[in-house]
Amino acid sequence: MLSRVASSLYWMSRYVERAENTARVLDVAWRLSLLVKEPALQDQEWFAPLNITGTLFPFSGRHSEVCAREVLHFMALDPENPSSILSCARHARENARSVRGSITSEMWEVLNSTWLEMQQMDEEKMAARGVSQFFDWVKERSHLFRGVTFGTMHRDDAYEFARLGTHIERADSTARILDVKYHILLPSVKDVGGAVDYYQWSAVLRSVSAFEAYRKVYRDVITPLKLAELLILRDDLPRSLRFCIRQVSDTLGRVQNAQSTETLHQAAQILSGLQYGRISEIFAAGLHEYLTEFLVSTQDLGRMIQASFFSSSKVE
Amino acid sequence: MEDCARLFNEMYTEERAVRPHYAAFAEWLEQTPAARVAQNRHAAELLFHRVGITFAVYGEASGTERLIPFDIVPHVIPGEGWEHLARGLRQRVKALNRFLHDVYHGQDIVRAGKIPLERIAGNPQFRKEMIGVDVPRGVYAHVAGVDLVRHSDGEHYVLEDNLRTPSGVSYMLENRKMMMRLFPELFANQPIRPVDHYPDLLLETLRAVAPRHADNPVIVLLTPGHYNSAYFEHAFLAQQMGIELVEGQDLFVQNETVFMRTTQGPQRVDVVYRRIDDDFLDPEAFRPDSMLGVPGLLGAYRAGRVTLANAIGTGVADDKSMYPYVPEMIRFYLGEEPLLKNVPTYLLANPDDLEFVLANLDTLVVKETQGSGGYGMLVGPTASRDERERYRQRILDRPERFIAQPTLALSCVPTFCGEALADRHVDLRPYVLTGADVAFVPGGLTRVAIREGSLVVNSSQGGGVKDTWVVD
Repeated sequence: MLSRVASSLYWMSRYVERAENTARVLDVAWRLSLLVKEPALQDQEWFAPLNITGTLFPFSGRHSEVCAREVLHFMALDPENPSSILSCARHARENARSVRGSITSEMWEVLNSTWLEMQQMDEEKMAARGVSQFFDWVKERSHLFRGVTFGTMHRDDAYEFARLGTHIERADSTARILDVKYHILLPSVKDVGGAVDYYQWSAVLRSVSAFEAYRKVYRDVITPLKLAELLILRDDLPRSLRFCIRQVSDTLGRVQNAQSTETLHQAAQILSGLQYGRISEIFAAGLHEYLTEFLVSTQDLGRMIQASFFSSSKVE
Repeated sequence: MEDCARLFNEMYTEERAVRPHYAAFAEWLEQTPAARVAQNRHAAELLFHRVGITFAVYGEASGTERLIPFDIVPHVIPGEGWEHLARGLRQRVKALNRFLHDVYHGQDIVRAGKIPLERIAGNPQFRKEMIGVDVPRGVYAHVAGVDLVRHSDGEHYVLEDNLRTPSGVSYMLENRKMMMRLFPELFANQPIRPVDHYPDLLLETLRAVAPRHADNPVIVLLTPGHYNSAYFEHAFLAQQMGIELVEGQDLFVQNETVFMRTTQGPQRVDVVYRRIDDDFLDPEAFRPDSMLGVPGLLGAYRAGRVTLANAIGTGVADDKSMYPYVPEMIRFYLGEEPLLKNVPTYLLANPDDLEFVLANLDTLVVKETQGSGGYGMLVGPTASRDERERYRQRILDRPERFIAQPTLALSCVPTFCGEALADRHVDLRPYVLTGADVAFVPGGLTRVAIREGSLVVNSSQGGGVKDTWVVD
C-alpha cells in the first residue's frame, strides 16, 4: 500500500489510543484527588498526568499553578496543547480524512462524529456532564472505533498498519503510567501501607482496565511486585508491555519488506527481554531504570518503522 | 423577480396539472404526513454531516467545510426524454473527442475553414506539448460533464461542456443513496433507473484506455489532497473503484515510467485518473511552483508509458470561446445534425458582438471564457447598475476574455424552502464516459439555485442538489 497512507493509518490509530490513554490517566488523577482531604495535597495529584504525558514543561509555560481545573482543561480541551484529547481527536480525524479511501465508512463516521461532538465541548459542559462521564465518553468512542475497525475493516495491510499504531502507542502509554507511579510501587519507600496504598495501586490497575484481571490471575491482595509483573510481563493482558510488543512484532512480520530487517530485529529484541524477564530482577535493577530503557527502545522502534515503511524510495 | 408561471416547470403543466412522469411522486407527497417529510429532511441533513459529504469553499476562513443543501423533491425525467438527451450527449462528446485529436494532429477543421486558426493557437488552454502525441483509442475527454438546461420553450440547451476534471458525480450517487434510505417506498412504487453502477463504468473506461503493455493495468486516482474542494469525491470514487487515491508526493517518474511509493517499495502505475488541472500536473513542464504534481509526468505520458484521464490539453475544447463551434464540429466530424441545441453566444473578441453586448448588458449573462464554478460572471437582469458598470470596465480592458449569452429562463422544480414548497431553477449535469465506447448512467447531477429567482446553481455560490430520476 501507499507509504503515505500507511503512515496516516498508523498515526490515526496512535492518536485515538493516545486520547483514550490521556482520558484514563486524567480519570485516575481525578478519582485519587477526591480521596485526598487536604486541599494542598489534592493539587499534588495533578502533577502525575502532566508527567505521564511529558507535558509538564509546556504546561508550566502557560500556567502558574498546577491544580485540577487548569490541568483538566490543558489536557482535555486545550487546542494549543498538541496532545490534549481535543487535539488527538482532531489529528485522528485529519489523518482519517486524508485516507478515507482506505478505511471503512463506519470508521470514518466514528472519528468524524467524535470530532464534531468534541468541538462542542467546553469546560462548563464538561463540568455539567460530570468529569468522569466525559472521560467515559472518550473511552467509549475509542472502544467503538477499535470495535468498528475490528468488525468492518478488510484484513489487508491497511488494517495491519492501523493495529501497529494502536499497540506501539499503548505500550508507550502503559510504560509511562507505571513509570510515574513507580515510587508507590517501591515497598521500601513508604511503610505506611494500608488504605491509601491500596487505593493508589488499584487506581493504577483501573487506569489500564486491569483490576479484574489482577484478581483473576493472582486471587490475592494487591502487591507492587505482582502488579508490575501483570502490567509488564503478562502475555495475556491486552495493555501489558509484553502483549503490546508481541502484537507489534507479529504485525511487523506480516508487513515486512526489503528495508525492514533491522526494524523487525529491534522489535524482536524488546520482545525477548519481556518474554524472558523476571519481575524480581527488574525490581533489583531498578524499576525506573528498566522503564526508561523500555521507553527509549520503543521510541527507537517507532523511528525505525517510520524509516522502513513510510519514507520515499527509488527503483533499484 | 420573474414570473415562475411563464417558466417551464418540470413537475407541473401550465395549467398546474401534475405531469405524468411526476404522478407517482406527487401522489406520494400528498399521502405522506408533512411531519414525516420534515423529519426525514432533517435526518438527511444529519446523515450528510455524519458521512462527511461536505465541500470546502474557496475564499472562506480556514478551510471551511460546508454542507451542500439537499432537497428531497427529485428532478424527474421521463424515459423517452432521456433517450433523446442520451443520443445527443453521445453525439456531442464523440465530436469533441474527434476535435481534440484533430487539434493536436492535422487541424483539418481549421484547414476546412470551419474554425479560425487564432481561436486555437491563441487559446491559453491549447497545449503545444500535445502536438503529435497519440493517446490510446484517440480518447481525450474520458469523463465529460455536460451541463444542460431547459428553457421556457421546453427545449434542452447545452450550457457548457466540462472536459477537464468535471466534479459532482459523488453527489449524484449519494443523493440517490439518501433518497433510497429515507423513502424506500418511492422506489418500490415505480421503475426508477439505477445509477449506482457509475464507479464500475468509470473503472471499465479507465481500464480500456491503459497503455498497450499493461495486461492488468494499475490505475490510480490523483488528487490535489484533502484541502481541495472535491476531495470527498476523490476519496469516494477511489474507494468505490478499489483503486489507490494518490497525491503527487506518492508518485515519482524514473526512466519515463511512473511509480508509486508503497510500503513494499515502488510499484508501477499505468493509468492516472487525475483530478488536478493541467497547470499543476508536472512542475518540470508547467507551473514550476506546483507542489501537487509529479516531476517528469509529461515525459512519461508523451512516451506512452502511462495514460492520463482526462488527457492534457482538453481545455481547448470546453473553453467558452470554443463553445459556439461545437455544432459545427458535429457536422464536420460526424456528418450529422446536432441533436442538442447550443445557446446563442456572442464572442466579445468580435467587434460587432462587443458593441451589441455593451448596449444590452442588462439582459445578458456575461462570462469569462476561462471561468468556471460561477465565479466572476455577470447576470445582467439581476445585477445592480453599479455592478454592471464595473463589469463594463472589465470587459473593455480585455474583451477577448468574455462571452455573452441571452439570459436563459431555466426550468423550475418545486423545492422545499423552509416548510413550504416553492419553484426553484435547476440544471442537469450528466456524466459521459468514453473508453472503448461511450457510456453513462441515466440522469446525472441536478443542481438547484436555492435563492429565490437566482439562476446560479453552482455549489460554491450557494446552490443545492436534488436526486435525478429517469422513470419508465
